[in-house]
Amino acid sequence: MRHIISILMENEAGALSRVAGLFSARGYNIESLAVAPTDDPSLSRMTLVTSGTDEIIEQITKQLNKLVDVVKLFDMTEGEHIEREMMLVKVNTQSKNDREEVKRLADIFRGRIIDVTKDTYTIELTESCERLNAFLESLGNVSILEVVRSGVIGIIQGDKALTV
Amino acid sequence: MELTGAEIFTRCLKDEGVEYLFGYPGGAVLHIYDALYQQKDVKHILVRHEQAATHAADGYARSTGKPGVVLVTSGPGATNAVTGIATAYMDSIPMVVFTGQVPTSLIGNDAFQEVDSVGITRPCVKHNFLVKDVNDLAVTIKKAFYIATTGRPGPVVVDIPKDITAQKAKYAYPKKVTMRSYNPVIKGHPGQVKRALKMILGAKRPIMYTGGGVILDNASKSLTDLVKMIGCPVTNTLMGLGAYPATDKQFVGMLGMHGTYEANMSMHHCDVLIAIGARFDDRVTGNIEKFCPSAKIIHIDIDPASISKNVKVDIPIVGGVSNVLKEMLKQLKETGEKPGKKSQSDWWKQIEEWRAMDCMKYDRDSVKIKPQNVVETLYKVTKGDAFVTSDVGQHQMWAAQYYKFDKPRRWINSGGLGTMGFGMPAAMGVQFAHPDKTVACITGEGSIQMNIQELSTLKQYGLPIKIINLNNGVLGMVRQWQEFFYEGRYAMSYMESLPDFVKLAESYGHVGFHIDKPEDVEGALKEAMKIKDRAVFLNFITDAEENVYPMIPAGAGLNEMILI
Repeated sequence: MRHIISILMENEAGALSRVAGLFSARGYNIESLAVAPTDDPSLSRMTLVTSGTDEIIEQITKQLNKLVDVVKLFDMTEGEHIEREMMLVKVNTQSKNDREEVKRLADIFRGRIIDVTKDTYTIELTESCERLNAFLESLGNVSILEVVRSGVIGIIQGDKALTV
Repeated sequence: MELTGAEIFTRCLKDEGVEYLFGYPGGAVLHIYDALYQQKDVKHILVRHEQAATHAADGYARSTGKPGVVLVTSGPGATNAVTGIATAYMDSIPMVVFTGQVPTSLIGNDAFQEVDSVGITRPCVKHNFLVKDVNDLAVTIKKAFYIATTGRPGPVVVDIPKDITAQKAKYAYPKKVTMRSYNPVIKGHPGQVKRALKMILGAKRPIMYTGGGVILDNASKSLTDLVKMIGCPVTNTLMGLGAYPATDKQFVGMLGMHGTYEANMSMHHCDVLIAIGARFDDRVTGNIEKFCPSAKIIHIDIDPASISKNVKVDIPIVGGVSNVLKEMLKQLKETGEKPGKKSQSDWWKQIEEWRAMDCMKYDRDSVKIKPQNVVETLYKVTKGDAFVTSDVGQHQMWAAQYYKFDKPRRWINSGGLGTMGFGMPAAMGVQFAHPDKTVACITGEGSIQMNIQELSTLKQYGLPIKIINLNNGVLGMVRQWQEFFYEGRYAMSYMESLPDFVKLAESYGHVGFHIDKPEDVEGALKEAMKIKDRAVFLNFITDAEENVYPMIPAGAGLNEMILI
């Protein structure tokens, strides 16, 4: 099953490689990984998406907790949560038809066209991972030139918060 | 007053109470060596290879419970130390390794003797640090010792660039450090302990399976008390030998691949398994699908990640072994409940039947020297009171099987990583820690050659280590597997061109004995014990055909042992 694990860790050089190294050394999957400092500059927040059986996920959370740089972590998938990922897509819009179709789809998916050239549109979309996939699929025959995704981030729904 | 980084380093070690520093100098650590030269508190031991420095520190740590401390230079100094760091990591040994590094301005420039030490050691340390500011040096060293020695112990590497050791800062060694991200759970949950006790008291066929964690947490006394109160059998892992007196009747021997028949059969047939400071290693469980089919499992361990990693556990107790066992004893006394002797009488009857199989028998009338006999005789001659280190292979198993360890921290071997070349340097560390005790290194002609250069260190410090070389002329364990599983195709397991070990030892000023007759074994060992001012190399020519029995072949369960 797919899990979104949020990790608060010391914002120190090498912290990211400790997590990445743990996953490769123990043969765990990483589907995506996003990391940036929080409002407290001494803390980084990392969101990683992984998948595995309950036993593997239990080992992953235990092994992550064992890393000295990890302050706290939470498996978002255990409860109600909101997940978001940002995607930038550059598509070929040489034909009028494609230009209209892309504009329409961007509106339906609540995306924004953020760059326009004679031959291309660049769309920005912030949604759940699933919705982003749906958008790419719906582009159908439109020729995609480039896809950039930020990796998933997540937050607990309601008044609970993951803080130190 | 301000001190240089190098002076801060030596002051930190002094204030941390470090007695010995095992190391080897080089360019990046020259400032530190200069500072060491000008002080008397920390004694530096010069080895002949950085790997040996880490093993010596490791032996010191295992035999004392105090952290082993190492200093090596950058680049090859650090990479040579990696095997010893990984060895300590796999066996959870507290160790702090200081590696020199090129000056901060050169890091990343492929400078002379530069290597990413933090990157290379990351997967085999508990934690590591790169010191980038001399003002952080003292607190980083304090953290390193704190992390290495608390919770589940392990090695910590501190990488120190050369310019940091020249810069100056005010010195203050913190008495205590706290880290918001590191708070090991020491106290076991009393409710879980209560549940576990209930299960143990209701058991008909209980067994305690204990590992290195009992020794690391100095919990032997509590374990022994508990085993006595419960009246159940107890088995030790390779790492756990000595935690419970091997000569006691309730001890059924080591378990696992080369464990006793009675230990493995008791494990297989138990109804309640109490695992204490052990981690269900594959060499212990055999085929995991067939492991303890009718057992409820209680697991006490300080590392939550060890629990339910290989085997699903019914009652987990996270906490320091010593604390949990004390809590268990306390609750047991409070309730006044005791398992009646009768309730386990059928169980013990069965165990005695297994024990009567005498799985450790071997040919005592052989005209060739049997390696088992050498170990048994060593046990007799040293009255079971020696510190015994070993290398890795057949001799290691024979040492574990035939030397009966009644005390913890006496048996010192590389169980997890299985590092050949561990034995002699580890023995050096043990001898420094226990100058008046007998230290024997049981080894083979393969392993001993992996760090043979340390004969020179033995000479320099006059260490009277007894090297028991079980020389069968082959890489015995490799040969055994080739005999069993590769139809006798002995690929590269034959040791050609062996040196004359006696002459080699003598060339360093040690004493060398050549022993090739069974009747000379005891005399030679007795003679060796009389020599107190230098090392003795006893080269026993042993039977190359001898194999380690009993054995659980790969893929089999604990009840499917091959006996002789």
